Amino acid sequence: MRPIGRTAVAAVLAAGCLAATACAPGTASSAGGRAGDDRTGTLQVWLYNEAGNAAKEAVIAKAVSEFHSSHQGVTVNVSYIDTDASARAAKMKGAFNDPNSAPDLVEFGNTDLPGYVAAGGLAEIGADLDAWKDKGDLDPAIARTAVVDGRTYGLPWWVGVRALYYRTDLFAEAGLTPPTSYAELVTATRKIHAAHPDTFGIAVGGKYTFGALPFVWDAGGDIAAKDGATKDGAAKDGAAKDGAAFKAALDSPASQAGIRRYTDLFGADGCPAQQCADLTGGKTVDLFAAGKSAMAILLNSNRGKVEAGAAKGRYGVVPLPGEKPGSVAPAFAGGNNLGVMKAARHRTLAVEFAELLASPAYQEQMYDAMGNLPTLRSVSGKVAAKDPFLKPFTDTIAAGTRFVPLHQAWAQIDAQAVIPTMLQQVVTGKADVAKASGDAAAQIDAAFAGH
Amino acid sequence: MPRTVVCPTLTRLTVPRLTATHLTAPRLTLPVPVRHREQVPHVSASTTAPPGGRRRRPPLLLLLPAALVLIPLVAYPIYQLGLLSVLDFGQAQASGGVPTSFVGFGNYATILADEQFWTVLLQTVGFAAFCVVATLAVGATLAVLLTKVGRWPRLLLTTAAVAAWAAPAMTGSTVWSFLFDTNLGLVNHTLERIGLSGFHEFNWFYDKWTAFLIVGAVVVWHSFPFVMVTLYAGIRAIPEEVMEAAALDGAGTWTTFRRITAPMLRPILTIVVIQSVIWDFKVFTQIYVMTEGGGIAGQNLVLNVYAYQKAFASSQYGLGAAIGVIMLLILVVPTVLYIRGLRRTGNEL
Repeated sequence: MRPIGRTAVAAVLAAGCLAATACAPGTASSAGGRAGDDRTGTLQVWLYNEAGNAAKEAVIAKAVSEFHSSHQGVTVNVSYIDTDASARAAKMKGAFNDPNSAPDLVEFGNTDLPGYVAAGGLAEIGADLDAWKDKGDLDPAIARTAVVDGRTYGLPWWVGVRALYYRTDLFAEAGLTPPTSYAELVTATRKIHAAHPDTFGIAVGGKYTFGALPFVWDAGGDIAAKDGATKDGAAKDGAAKDGAAFKAALDSPASQAGIRRYTDLFGADGCPAQQCADLTGGKTVDLFAAGKSAMAILLNSNRGKVEAGAAKGRYGVVPLPGEKPGSVAPAFAGGNNLGVMKAARHRTLAVEFAELLASPAYQEQMYDAMGNLPTLRSVSGKVAAKDPFLKPFTDTIAAGTRFVPLHQAWAQIDAQAVIPTMLQQVVTGKADVAKASGDAAAQIDAAFAGH
Repeated sequence: MPRTVVCPTLTRLTVPRLTATHLTAPRLTLPVPVRHREQVPHVSASTTAPPGGRRRRPPLLLLLPAALVLIPLVAYPIYQLGLLSVLDFGQAQASGGVPTSFVGFGNYATILADEQFWTVLLQTVGFAAFCVVATLAVGATLAVLLTKVGRWPRLLLTTAAVAAWAAPAMTGSTVWSFLFDTNLGLVNHTLERIGLSGFHEFNWFYDKWTAFLIVGAVVVWHSFPFVMVTLYAGIRAIPEEVMEAAALDGAGTWTTFRRITAPMLRPILTIVVIQSVIWDFKVFTQIYVMTEGGGIAGQNLVLNVYAYQKAFASSQYGLGAAIGVIMLLILVVPTVLYIRGLRRTGNEL
């Protein structure tokens, strides 16, 4: 009886497997197949739902009505999507996997770009933008954040940069001027902490990647650098490669010097490791706003939160100083781009609407509404003249900004917390800079090799 | 108590009941609560079919309804998991940007070659062992306590325990995180109040072991009610006469426990232990929420969180599936033991 039973079971299993092989992991049909260039109909637009979104919606509503009046038979339908990292990733993956429910135009964080490009979700719009009248006004370093392997996939809409917030009252009391070099910054932490033992010299965090990177860039290091030589097999599949492959540079002597400068701030005078090893950038905002720290490396858009806290009216902002006196440590050019989906049914309309949103008039209005920094140099100068608070930020942009490797491996490096892990290992004394940066570099190289 | 007085009763009661065979192999049938339906694998027809070919067909037919549910809900996903684990399958492949490629055991090789995997595996086993022992100790102690106290304390204790049981892992973890918060936590505040100034802004999650201790406590808090309720039911199901007979025989508390309670509870205890092993091995929420994704420099990672961080957060579904398969293989061991335990209690599958 047993053999027969087994045969029956085996037959059922075999049949099941046959049926199942017909359903290998789902892969979406090519997004391009559905694309079109209709000049009428409904243009679907997804924008980020941000804190204080009502002001943004008001500006967008104006742009929509302007677009309606210049385009007969076109309706623009704007949806605001959840900005939370995992929620928006899920939303975008959904749009890529099901081209039928994809919008025409999307707003996206510029670090997400390479992954979206590799997924085949975005259309190349370089040729379209060549005809855009404001193209020459774009900040070149920021314009590069929309380019992957020589192709342009987005229109930089706004940026946010970090600078050094400091407490004017504590600095005056200690007889200090705002730091113009790393050495002065360290001295300031020491003096202020000595006078106020409960106050941190500077708020930094072990998970604050974009707080640490300026120190690395200032020291001449980087996360990864393009290797001049073409590596065999680097261009086999995946996103189109332009020959040179990325190679981790976090363990280079220059990078190590930068990492050391950042992690040295986690001492008793700066931000004690016990308190600060697990802080994110957002938590450092809270610390500074609550009056707990004398300095912090914060975004221009954090102003509102600082104004709402104990530090209100008692702070100033200067560009984050570099090692060399008077220099500015390069800031990370984080920001959002507007991109046209590959599955867009209204390609030209989408590009035109993006150009309208990124035009000088609307960039200025977006600054007024949301405090987002413009990507056009002319608008940047204009808003800085209008609001002196912005000067250190526009100065920082003018001094040159930097970016993460424009490669889809960045998404993996970021998700696997490679840089925070490295920082935390050093800060907690689990490893020295050489070992931690070496491990991180190995992981970064593995991520590049895997894509 | 003078023995001579109770002798007639003793012989009447003990002879038919307290024989050696009854003690070592109690014929006790209890409803066994099953927390993880998916952990109950489908047993092939041949193992349960009675001898004699003629009676084979009906059992197969009887299995059909279960198979209809289990094949699409369990077998098919496991098949897909296995398939994904041998593919290079990420977001780019899912959305059709890049063709899917077969990598054989490449994903497995990547994981097994990762030093961190072995550290995390060891950590997971250690953490699960700690949680199982602690859960059992707390659950069993309270179960015994329940049998000793009066109606109102019992009701109070049961209600409190069931409330902890009912709290979603996410909520429980968040609330406990608040309690142990560095700056605003009630625990630090209280410790400072009673004069322990060392706990001023003490970060419980800075050190690997204190972090594991706190998370472990929350895991135990979430899972001891199951153990308590199950064991309490088990203790209550021991026939009164057996206990009475033992008492009449002059057995003390310890002897009664050793000779009667423990052997009679053994099958239930086995199941509770194995379920706890499975449960605690798969801990995710408490670690993920309380240590913010695995602790400082990943010091508090356990296998499930590692799989998520390593693979799913960065859309490397192939790699994640391979970790899933490895976990499945590891958990097959306690599952098989669990099935055997179930059958021993008389719950034929």
